[in-house]
Amino acid sequence: MGRKTISSKPDIIFPIIGFIAFLLVVSFMITLIVDIAIDGYERLIDPSFYTSYPSRFPEKAGILSGWVGTTLVMAGAIFWSLLIGIPAGIYLEEYATKRGIRGKIETIIELNINNLAAVPAIIYGLLALGIFVYRFKLGESILTAGLTLSILMLPVIVVNTREAIRRIPRDIREGAYAVGATKWDTIRDHILPYSLGGILTGLIIAASRAIGETAPLVTIGALTFIAFLPPSPFTSEFPFFSLEKAWDVLMSPFTVLPIQIFNWVSRPQAAFQINAAAAGFVLLVLTVIMNALAYYLRQRVRRKYIW
Amino acid sequence: MFSFIAYKKLLDKCVLAVFFTAGFITIFITVGIVYVLLSDAIRFFQEVPIERFLTEKEWTPVFATKKFGIWPLITGTFLIAAIAVLVSVPLGLVIAIYLSEYASVRVKEIAKPIIEFLEAVPTVVYGYFTLLFVTPILQKIVPGLEAFNSLAPGIVLGFMILPYTASMAEDAMKGVPQRIREASYALGATRLRTAITIVLPAAISGVVAGFILGASRAIGETMVVAIAAGMYPNLTLDPREPIQTMTGYIVQVALGDLPYGSIEYLSIFAVGFALFIIAFIFNSIALWLRSRIREAY
Repeated sequence: MGRKTISSKPDIIFPIIGFIAFLLVVSFMITLIVDIAIDGYERLIDPSFYTSYPSRFPEKAGILSGWVGTTLVMAGAIFWSLLIGIPAGIYLEEYATKRGIRGKIETIIELNINNLAAVPAIIYGLLALGIFVYRFKLGESILTAGLTLSILMLPVIVVNTREAIRRIPRDIREGAYAVGATKWDTIRDHILPYSLGGILTGLIIAASRAIGETAPLVTIGALTFIAFLPPSPFTSEFPFFSLEKAWDVLMSPFTVLPIQIFNWVSRPQAAFQINAAAAGFVLLVLTVIMNALAYYLRQRVRRKYIW
Repeated sequence: MFSFIAYKKLLDKCVLAVFFTAGFITIFITVGIVYVLLSDAIRFFQEVPIERFLTEKEWTPVFATKKFGIWPLITGTFLIAAIAVLVSVPLGLVIAIYLSEYASVRVKEIAKPIIEFLEAVPTVVYGYFTLLFVTPILQKIVPGLEAFNSLAPGIVLGFMILPYTASMAEDAMKGVPQRIREASYALGATRLRTAITIVLPAAISGVVAGFILGASRAIGETMVVAIAAGMYPNLTLDPREPIQTMTGYIVQVALGDLPYGSIEYLSIFAVGFALFIIAFIFNSIALWLRSRIREAY
């Protein structure tokens, strides 16, 4: 009689099936990357692709206004989302009382942030169209786009800020209070510096999602054909910076890389689809870099602070 | 000296006020969403009675004879989400069981970031890939598949939501205490038997929550369907035909010139409101399921 081992047949077969399933995912991703790299190769190696405006002629069209727009919009989105996200995260971790009316409000804030994280992106576009564009009259501008994407990024930043703060042990706070530090002193000198790595990771992850976001910006009316750049706020005379012109930058119409791709992919001519693939590859490389950076940072933070 | 302490205390109060305000502002986002969607949806329903919205079988707001039946958009949305779930759940479950019960730490460390990256890929890139790579290949296999269809976007979305169906399911299964597994092994059960009859049932609320969030993500996804599923509101369950989803309609209208207060403008808010309600229901179920895991152990 043969000895029956615990690790019987299904336990040999299933890991193989599991691994094949995982390989399927990997090959899906590799196919995606290789496909758009090959499709877009012709334009990717053409330097003028990066320095030209969109054009009626596919071989002359480029992504200059796209990447400039993406940079400006993302700068706004990062600014606004940090401005609200970090304080909100700190409040929920450090100041939450869980009692009385404030406690009730805290519960609502928490539930609300969980829910916001799962609201379809296009709904944020409708919010921005209804509020920023039509009610606040900010127009279909870089400012509106930045605000819209910042709302998308906000839940990710709050959640990551909270997680980073939660990792800091109670002893650090008690130690600071014991030598007479106020709550704000403790946060400024201890909590924030120690959680910075985690907050930065969250920021990069949020930004990598926002940079590829198309739907909400289509909704607020991003243009697809922009053959000019926003005015420069810098001047040749003292003080070398004009607030008025900076405002013009914020209020100028814009396009971003994803919108440009969407426009090109919807055109019937194959030549434009080459442009779409090339711009898509650029965008994909950006998100890969950002995600790799976030992954590296997260690992480093984990090793740096072992409490 | 005393004034310094008073100053410090005052500063602390100010900081608290600022931080509390920041937290409070996040509530206004939801209030803003509900207000905008509701107010413009109500104006829409003043012109188009809600019975027509819910009973007509055609959606043709830009035609001369306007019809405002939401059902073609809803069936289109759910058809694609259903295909995505059908692809994603079996695949995700197998990967989740493999990663949580069999894979070594090294495999896991590589696999998790790769799976989670699926969600970071810009959806417009998925759209391109679906329209110009996946559909042409499927056309060789599936007879009668049109250039715009719901099958190809559904399959691609199935991969896109794997971070929910595989990764979140794995997290839930990992959370099941080791001692429960050991007890099962001690009784002579194989790993697979333990995984399916012990670990999976114990983690089921977390696993299902992941599935539901994945489905919700597929329902709200916009660019893949706008690019590859067509712009044709079609009351059909045939995955080979072009359709239009709720999100696809919003994009189509937003791309055009949109006079404020026009019926087309108002209609995207009515559709958006319906979408928001659907997403809200899905998310609430998922959140409720996830809160149950914490109670169990």
